[in-house]
Amino acid sequence: MILTLNGKQESIEKPVTLDALVTAKGLCPDKIVVEHNFSIISKEDWSKVTLKDQDMIEIISFVGGG
Amino acid sequence: MEDLLTLGGRSIKSRLLIGTGKFASYPLMKKALEAAQSDIVTVALRRVDTGSKADNILEYIPKSCVLMANTSGARNADEAVRIARLAKASGSGNWIKIEVVQDNKYLLPDNLETLKAVEILAKEGFIVLPYMSPDLSMARRMQDAGAAAVMPLGSPIGSNRGVKTRELVEILVREIKVPVIVDAGLGSPSDACECLEMGCAAVLVNTAIAIARDPVAMARAFKEAVSAGRTAYLAGLASSGSVASASSPLTGFLRDETR
Repeated sequence: MILTLNGKQESIEKPVTLDALVTAKGLCPDKIVVEHNFSIISKEDWSKVTLKDQDMIEIISFVGGG
Repeated sequence: MEDLLTLGGRSIKSRLLIGTGKFASYPLMKKALEAAQSDIVTVALRRVDTGSKADNILEYIPKSCVLMANTSGARNADEAVRIARLAKASGSGNWIKIEVVQDNKYLLPDNLETLKAVEILAKEGFIVLPYMSPDLSMARRMQDAGAAAVMPLGSPIGSNRGVKTRELVEILVREIKVPVIVDAGLGSPSDACECLEMGCAAVLVNTAIAIARDPVAMARAFKEAVSAGRTAYLAGLASSGSVASASSPLTGFLRDETR
Protein backbone atom coordinates (compact mmCIF):
# COMPACT_ATOMS: atom_id res chain seq x y z
CA MET A 1 0.00 0.00 0.00
CA ILE A 2 0.98 3.59 -0.61
CA LEU A 3 1.23 6.30 2.06
CA THR A 4 2.01 9.97 1.65
CA LEU A 5 4.53 10.86 4.34
CA ASN A 6 5.49 14.53 4.51
CA GLY A 7 4.42 15.02 0.93
CA LYS A 8 6.33 12.04 -0.46
CA GLN A 9 4.81 8.75 -1.49
CA GLU A 10 6.07 5.69 0.30
CA SER A 11 5.25 2.09 -0.29
CA ILE A 12 4.91 -0.24 2.68
CA GLU A 13 4.30 -3.97 2.60
CA LYS A 14 1.81 -4.51 5.40
CA PRO A 15 -0.41 -2.31 7.58
CA VAL A 16 1.44 -0.64 10.45
CA THR A 17 0.42 1.58 13.31
CA LEU A 18 1.60 5.18 13.60
CA ASP A 19 3.64 4.06 16.57
CA ALA A 20 5.50 1.52 14.44
CA LEU A 21 6.01 4.02 11.63
CA VAL A 22 7.62 6.54 14.00
CA THR A 23 9.89 3.84 15.38
CA ALA A 24 10.78 2.56 11.92
CA LYS A 25 11.79 6.08 10.88
CA GLY A 26 14.04 6.38 13.92
CA LEU A 27 12.24 9.47 15.22
CA CYS A 28 12.25 10.60 18.83
CA PRO A 29 8.59 10.71 19.93
CA ASP A 30 9.22 13.60 22.30
CA LYS A 31 10.15 16.11 19.63
CA ILE A 32 7.54 15.47 16.95
CA VAL A 33 3.87 16.04 16.25
CA VAL A 34 1.95 13.69 14.00
CA GLU A 35 -1.00 14.53 11.80
CA HIS A 36 -2.98 11.70 10.17
CA ASN A 37 -5.34 12.68 7.37
CA PHE A 38 -5.39 16.27 8.72
CA SER A 39 -6.18 15.22 12.31
CA ILE A 40 -3.59 15.66 15.03
CA ILE A 41 -2.99 12.36 16.79
CA SER A 42 -1.68 12.56 20.33
CA LYS A 43 1.25 10.36 21.25
CA GLU A 44 -0.88 8.12 23.47
CA ASP A 45 -3.08 7.28 20.49
CA TRP A 46 -0.37 6.44 17.95
CA SER A 47 -0.65 2.73 18.70
CA LYS A 48 -4.42 2.84 18.07
CA VAL A 49 -4.11 4.16 14.51
CA THR A 50 -3.43 1.58 11.82
CA LEU A 51 -2.47 3.14 8.54
CA LYS A 52 -4.45 2.41 5.40
CA ASP A 53 -3.68 2.74 1.73
CA GLN A 54 -3.64 6.38 0.53
CA ASP A 55 -3.36 7.78 4.08
CA MET A 56 -1.59 11.09 4.50
CA ILE A 57 0.82 11.55 7.37
CA GLU A 58 2.66 14.68 8.36
CA ILE A 59 5.41 14.46 10.95
CA ILE A 60 6.72 17.82 12.07
CA SER A 61 9.01 19.32 14.66
CA PHE A 62 10.35 22.67 15.78
CA VAL A 63 13.18 24.40 13.97
CA GLY A 64 14.73 27.84 14.26
CA GLY A 65 12.52 30.66 13.05
CA GLY A 66 11.72 34.30 13.65
CA MET B 1 8.29 49.96 40.80
CA GLU B 2 9.60 47.52 38.23
CA ASP B 3 8.63 48.35 34.64
CA LEU B 4 7.07 45.17 33.29
CA LEU B 5 5.30 44.42 30.03
CA THR B 6 1.91 42.79 30.51
CA LEU B 7 1.37 40.41 27.65
CA GLY B 8 -0.83 37.36 27.34
CA GLY B 9 -1.70 37.55 31.03
CA ARG B 10 1.94 37.45 32.08
CA SER B 11 4.34 40.05 33.39
CA ILE B 12 7.29 40.12 31.02
CA LYS B 13 10.58 41.65 32.07
CA SER B 14 12.42 41.78 28.75
CA ARG B 15 11.13 43.92 25.90
CA LEU B 16 13.38 42.12 23.46
CA LEU B 17 11.80 39.08 21.80
CA ILE B 18 14.21 36.89 19.87
CA GLY B 19 13.78 34.70 16.81
CA THR B 20 15.84 31.54 16.54
CA GLY B 21 16.34 31.28 12.77
CA LYS B 22 19.63 31.56 10.86
CA PHE B 23 22.04 30.96 13.76
CA ALA B 24 25.15 29.04 12.71
CA SER B 25 24.51 26.45 15.42
CA TYR B 26 22.13 25.73 18.30
CA PRO B 27 24.86 26.12 20.95
CA LEU B 28 25.66 29.58 19.56
CA MET B 29 21.96 30.43 19.56
CA LYS B 30 21.72 29.33 23.18
CA LYS B 31 24.54 31.66 24.19
CA ALA B 32 22.92 34.55 22.33
CA LEU B 33 19.56 33.89 24.03
CA GLU B 34 21.28 33.89 27.39
CA ALA B 35 23.08 37.14 26.59
CA ALA B 36 19.84 38.80 25.47
CA GLN B 37 17.97 37.64 28.59
CA SER B 38 14.81 37.45 26.54
CA ASP B 39 11.63 36.06 28.01
CA ILE B 40 9.90 35.23 24.72
CA VAL B 41 11.52 33.21 21.95
CA THR B 42 10.04 32.31 18.58
CA VAL B 43 10.43 29.01 16.71
CA ALA B 44 9.02 27.60 13.47
CA LEU B 45 7.47 24.23 12.62
CA ARG B 46 8.62 22.16 9.68
CA ARG B 47 8.35 18.64 8.35
CA VAL B 48 11.00 16.40 9.90
CA ASP B 49 13.71 15.09 7.66
CA THR B 50 13.37 11.40 8.43
CA GLY B 51 16.92 10.81 7.27
CA SER B 52 18.60 13.29 9.60
CA LYS B 53 19.46 13.12 13.26
CA ALA B 54 19.19 16.86 13.89
CA ASP B 55 19.24 18.04 17.48
CA ASN B 56 16.07 19.15 19.22
CA ILE B 57 16.13 22.96 19.20
CA LEU B 58 14.02 23.09 22.36
CA GLU B 59 16.95 21.74 24.35
CA TYR B 60 18.86 24.91 23.51
CA ILE B 61 16.18 27.36 24.61
CA PRO B 62 16.23 28.35 28.30
CA LYS B 63 13.36 26.69 30.14
CA SER B 64 12.34 30.04 31.63
CA CYS B 65 11.45 31.40 28.17
CA VAL B 66 7.94 31.50 26.78
CA LEU B 67 8.03 29.59 23.52
CA MET B 68 6.10 31.26 20.71
CA ALA B 69 5.70 29.23 17.54
CA ASN B 70 5.20 31.13 14.33
CA THR B 71 2.99 30.10 11.45
CA SER B 72 5.60 30.81 8.81
CA GLY B 73 4.90 28.93 5.62
CA ALA B 74 1.16 29.64 5.90
CA ARG B 75 -0.33 31.28 2.81
CA ASN B 76 -3.83 31.72 4.20
CA ALA B 77 -5.79 31.68 7.45
CA ASP B 78 -6.60 27.97 7.29
CA GLU B 79 -2.95 27.01 6.99
CA ALA B 80 -2.02 29.32 9.85
CA VAL B 81 -4.71 27.78 12.05
CA ARG B 82 -3.50 24.28 11.16
CA ILE B 83 0.09 25.15 12.06
CA ALA B 84 -1.00 26.80 15.32
CA ARG B 85 -2.91 23.69 16.37
CA LEU B 86 0.08 21.49 15.54
CA ALA B 87 2.32 23.76 17.61
CA LYS B 88 -0.05 23.53 20.55
CA ALA B 89 -0.23 19.74 20.21
CA SER B 90 3.53 19.60 20.51
CA GLY B 91 3.18 20.84 24.07
CA SER B 92 4.93 24.13 23.48
CA GLY B 93 2.11 26.15 24.99
CA ASN B 94 -0.51 28.38 23.45
CA TRP B 95 1.46 31.43 22.31
CA ILE B 96 1.37 31.85 18.57
CA LYS B 97 2.78 34.41 16.19
CA ILE B 98 0.50 34.56 13.17
CA GLU B 99 2.46 35.00 10.00
CA VAL B 100 0.55 34.69 6.74
CA VAL B 101 2.59 35.54 3.67
CA GLN B 102 1.83 35.06 0.01
CA ASP B 103 4.45 37.40 -1.35
CA ASN B 104 7.78 35.63 -1.49
CA LYS B 105 9.77 38.62 -2.68
CA TYR B 106 9.10 41.03 0.19
CA LEU B 107 7.51 38.58 2.66
CA LEU B 108 4.88 41.20 3.41
CA PRO B 109 1.97 39.87 5.47
CA ASP B 110 -1.57 39.35 4.23
CA ASN B 111 -3.47 41.37 6.81
CA LEU B 112 -6.91 40.02 5.86
CA GLU B 113 -5.97 36.34 6.14
CA THR B 114 -4.02 37.16 9.30
CA LEU B 115 -7.13 38.72 10.83
CA LYS B 116 -9.20 35.62 10.01
CA ALA B 117 -6.63 33.44 11.76
CA VAL B 118 -6.59 35.74 14.80
CA GLU B 119 -10.38 35.50 15.08
CA ILE B 120 -10.32 31.69 15.05
CA LEU B 121 -7.29 31.15 17.28
CA ALA B 122 -8.16 33.75 19.93
CA LYS B 123 -11.53 32.00 20.35
CA GLU B 124 -9.66 28.71 20.84
CA GLY B 125 -7.73 30.22 23.71
CA PHE B 126 -4.44 30.92 21.97
CA ILE B 127 -2.40 33.97 22.92
CA VAL B 128 -2.20 35.45 19.47
CA LEU B 129 0.37 37.92 18.21
CA PRO B 130 -0.20 38.85 14.57
CA TYR B 131 2.66 39.97 12.35
CA MET B 132 1.10 42.65 10.16
CA SER B 133 1.52 45.65 7.93
CA PRO B 134 1.04 48.74 10.10
CA ASP B 135 -2.50 49.68 9.19
CA LEU B 136 -4.66 51.31 11.85
CA SER B 137 -8.02 49.84 10.81
CA MET B 138 -6.61 46.35 10.63
CA ALA B 139 -4.76 46.76 13.92
CA ARG B 140 -8.06 47.78 15.54
CA ARG B 141 -9.75 44.74 14.06
CA MET B 142 -6.96 42.47 15.28
CA GLN B 143 -7.31 43.98 18.75
CA ASP B 144 -11.08 43.55 18.73
CA ALA B 145 -10.66 39.95 17.56
CA GLY B 146 -8.60 39.19 20.65
CA ALA B 147 -4.98 39.72 19.61
CA ALA B 148 -2.72 39.97 22.67
CA ALA B 149 -0.50 42.44 20.80
CA VAL B 150 -0.01 43.69 17.27
CA MET B 151 3.31 43.25 15.53
CA PRO B 152 3.81 45.72 12.69
CA LEU B 153 6.84 45.28 10.49
CA GLY B 154 9.63 47.84 10.50
CA SER B 155 10.80 46.81 7.03
CA PRO B 156 10.81 43.51 5.11
CA ILE B 157 11.83 40.41 7.10
CA GLY B 158 15.58 39.92 7.22
CA SER B 159 16.28 43.14 5.32
CA ASN B 160 17.97 44.92 8.26
CA ARG B 161 16.68 48.24 6.92
CA GLY B 162 15.26 49.59 10.16
CA VAL B 163 11.95 51.30 10.94
CA LYS B 164 10.89 52.45 7.48
CA THR B 165 7.26 52.35 8.63
CA ARG B 166 7.89 54.72 11.52
CA GLU B 167 5.03 57.17 10.97
CA LEU B 168 2.46 54.40 10.61
CA VAL B 169 3.80 52.54 13.64
CA GLU B 170 3.59 55.76 15.66
CA ILE B 171 -0.11 55.98 14.84
CA LEU B 172 -0.60 52.44 16.17
CA VAL B 173 1.30 53.33 19.33
CA ARG B 174 -1.04 56.26 19.90
CA GLU B 175 -4.29 54.53 19.03
CA ILE B 176 -3.99 50.82 19.86
CA LYS B 177 -4.47 49.64 23.43
CA VAL B 178 -2.71 46.28 23.21
CA PRO B 179 1.11 46.31 23.11
CA VAL B 180 2.68 47.31 19.79
CA ILE B 181 5.73 45.17 19.08
CA VAL B 182 7.83 45.99 16.03
CA ASP B 183 8.71 42.77 14.26
CA ALA B 184 10.92 42.39 11.22
CA GLY B 185 13.56 44.48 9.54
CA LEU B 186 15.34 45.88 12.58
CA GLY B 187 18.98 45.79 11.59
CA SER B 188 20.85 47.46 14.42
CA PRO B 189 20.49 48.13 18.13
CA SER B 190 19.74 51.78 17.31
CA ASP B 191 16.69 50.65 15.28
CA ALA B 192 15.42 48.75 18.32
CA CYS B 193 16.16 51.72 20.56
CA GLU B 194 14.19 53.98 18.21
CA CYS B 195 11.13 51.73 18.49
CA LEU B 196 11.20 51.76 22.28
CA GLU B 197 11.80 55.52 22.36
CA MET B 198 8.66 56.10 20.31
CA GLY B 199 6.61 54.07 22.75
CA CYS B 200 6.50 50.61 21.25
CA ALA B 201 6.10 48.00 23.96
CA ALA B 202 8.81 45.70 22.63
CA VAL B 203 10.66 44.52 19.52
CA LEU B 204 11.23 41.13 17.93
CA VAL B 205 14.69 40.62 16.43
CA ASN B 206 16.18 37.63 14.67
CA THR B 207 18.37 38.13 11.60
CA ALA B 208 20.33 41.13 12.90
CA ILE B 209 21.52 39.06 15.86
CA ALA B 210 21.79 35.65 14.21
CA ILE B 211 24.01 36.69 11.32
CA ALA B 212 26.13 39.29 13.13
CA ARG B 213 29.84 38.50 13.23
CA ASP B 214 29.46 37.92 16.99
CA PRO B 215 25.82 37.04 17.69
CA VAL B 216 26.34 36.82 21.44
CA ALA B 217 27.78 40.34 21.69
CA MET B 218 25.09 41.62 19.31
CA ALA B 219 22.38 40.06 21.49
CA ARG B 220 23.81 41.96 24.45
CA ALA B 221 23.93 45.19 22.41
CA PHE B 222 20.26 44.81 21.46
CA LYS B 223 19.34 44.15 25.08
CA GLU B 224 21.08 47.34 26.17
CA ALA B 225 19.57 49.37 23.32
CA VAL B 226 16.06 48.18 24.17
CA SER B 227 16.61 49.04 27.79
CA ALA B 228 17.97 52.52 26.91
CA GLY B 229 15.07 53.19 24.54
CA ARG B 230 12.50 52.20 27.12
CA THR B 231 14.13 54.34 29.82
CA ALA B 232 14.18 57.31 27.41
CA TYR B 233 10.50 56.83 26.59
CA LEU B 234 9.57 56.75 30.26
CA ALA B 235 11.77 59.79 30.92
CA GLY B 236 9.85 61.75 28.28
CA LEU B 237 11.83 62.91 25.27
CA ALA B 238 12.51 66.64 25.05
CA SER B 239 10.71 68.41 22.21
CA SER B 240 12.55 69.17 18.98
CA GLY B 241 12.62 72.49 17.13
CA SER B 242 13.78 73.93 13.82
CA VAL B 243 16.00 76.68 15.26
CA ALA B 244 18.62 76.72 18.00
CA SER B 245 17.77 77.03 21.65
CA ALA B 246 20.89 77.95 23.61
CA SER B 247 21.77 75.62 26.41
CA SER B 248 24.10 78.15 28.06
CA PRO B 249 22.83 81.46 29.49
CA LEU B 250 22.59 84.30 26.94
CA THR B 251 23.61 86.96 29.50
CA GLY B 252 26.84 87.84 31.30
CA PHE B 253 29.18 87.52 28.30
CA LEU B 254 32.73 88.82 28.86
CA ARG B 255 32.32 91.29 26.02
CA ASP B 256 29.34 92.90 27.70
CA GLU B 257 30.19 96.43 28.80
CA THR B 258 28.88 97.94 31.95
CA ARG B 259 28.06 101.60 31.63
